Amino acid sequence: MAAYNERVMDHFRNPRNVGVIEDANGVGEVGNAKCGDIMKMYLKIENDVLTDVKFSTFGCGAAVATSSMATELIKGKSINDALKLTNKAVVEALEGLPPVKIHCSVLAEQAVKTAVADYYTRRGLTPPPEAIVEESDEEEFIANDE
Amino acid sequence: MTVYADNAATTQMSQTALDTIIPLLRETYGNASSIHSTGQEALKILDTARSKVAAALNAEPREIYFTSGGTESDNWAINSAAELGAKQGKKHLISSAIEHHAVLHTLNKLKKNGFEVTLLPVTNEGFVTPESLKAAIRDDTALVTIMQANNEVGTIQPIKELAAIAHERKVPFHTDAVQAVAHIPVDVKALDVDMLSLSGHKFHGPKGVGALYVRKSQKLTPFMEGGAQERSRRAGTENVPGIASMAAALEHSVNNLDANIKAVSALRDKLIAGLPGKLPKVILNGAKDGNLRLPGNVNVCFEGIEGESLLLLLDMAGIRGSSGSACTSGSLDPSHVLLALGLPHGTAHGSLRLSLGEFNTDAEIDYILEQVPPIVERLRAMSPIWEKISKS
Ligand SMILES: Cc1ncc(COP(=O)(O)O)c(C=O)c1O
Repeated sequence: MAAYNERVMDHFRNPRNVGVIEDANGVGEVGNAKCGDIMKMYLKIENDVLTDVKFSTFGCGAAVATSSMATELIKGKSINDALKLTNKAVVEALEGLPPVKIHCSVLAEQAVKTAVADYYTRRGLTPPPEAIVEESDEEEFIANDE
Repeated sequence: MTVYADNAATTQMSQTALDTIIPLLRETYGNASSIHSTGQEALKILDTARSKVAAALNAEPREIYFTSGGTESDNWAINSAAELGAKQGKKHLISSAIEHHAVLHTLNKLKKNGFEVTLLPVTNEGFVTPESLKAAIRDDTALVTIMQANNEVGTIQPIKELAAIAHERKVPFHTDAVQAVAHIPVDVKALDVDMLSLSGHKFHGPKGVGALYVRKSQKLTPFMEGGAQERSRRAGTENVPGIASMAAALEHSVNNLDANIKAVSALRDKLIAGLPGKLPKVILNGAKDGNLRLPGNVNVCFEGIEGESLLLLLDMAGIRGSSGSACTSGSLDPSHVLLALGLPHGTAHGSLRLSLGEFNTDAEIDYILEQVPPIVERLRAMSPIWEKISKS
């Protein structure tokens, strides 16, 4: 088990924006049960602004904390600003993560992008290139010291 | 309330073990190899400890080699048998899929050095079957090593039967009894094993001390070169206080074995019966028959949640447990033991092991039973896969 800093533990203990948005117009799910992390991000977008964001996560402490932090960082932002969210920004906002947990922050970034892409797709539009998540991205961040 | 329920990881030292080690650390500082009285005093303590460990296992003192713990004992037994086997052209080793990494990683290294390794599968309750061993054993098999009891799911193997199969084919048999010794009866003659590993910190002794039993007719290659300690097979000045403390803890546990088994398995059974509570989709891992399960082992999977999150929330509630999820194993995959039992990855990530011992109380079990369900429900409420699972 990883040792987390106070800020991460705070977001784990009291995750912000947990839940489901019933009338979300952008939903993204990333990860898989096999590797032990699944994040689902719900967006309510009005006039290109993310007026509401919620998430649900199956995963470790870092997975919960990074999802929570990601929602805080994008809530109320424009689509353009939300797409600028990087996993690095999530890690920095959490004041650091153990190296083996960096992949959780990558998942959080991907969850946001996937949800935005879904928003475009639902409206019959092509998602902007910044919203496209490459499948292999996640793997290279996964530490495996077994 | 703080409940330590991770006794399979390590235990708190017992009063007996502490009372033994503290004065020895202060006063019995002699080197057991020294000829003077201060050294001879240490040697006497060492000899007494060896006799106690031998008696606890129904072995002879000269069949006991002190080591730095379970890992070293496992490494030593396997490497020795491999080296001796290779000299006769035997380069095949048999073990099981659910061994501790101290065994599996040692076998992996030998594999890289030209040995062939067969890992026997286990049933969904974690048993190695005699039939699978019969089918795997060959003329060039140098060793069969099967753990007596599993550290994660607590399954107790039919060691006597498995050892007999190995001996029919003149193959030596080693068992990693690290989780078994001092918790269930372990008699090397009754089991008829050639080598057996044990570790002090699993039965309220100190950490970093263990032993390897080696039947006197079984050859053993040296583990470390140097002085003449441990019959010239394991050089290095002995950790006399640690060894004596381990022996005292072992003697104490074995003297109280029947009562301990009864008390601890009652706590276990209450926990197993109560844990699902009103929660759906809770799976018991390991042997269903309590007699074939370590007295202190409880291992369950809560579907739809992940183990590390569960451990963190339990820890905040004062409950110390462990999990076989990937996050806790430091790798991408959940525990190899749970996967070998046939659990799907998603389910295995949600495992919780609570391992009990003589220091746990009935009130602590009540506390665990009260704390776990709301924590599981809280995690399930925020799990994107729970909804689907709960309907299936
Ligand atoms: C089954 C088993 N084998 C070996 C070991 C290793 O023992 P030690 O920690 O004393 O090296 C352990 C405990 O970690 C164990 O549970």
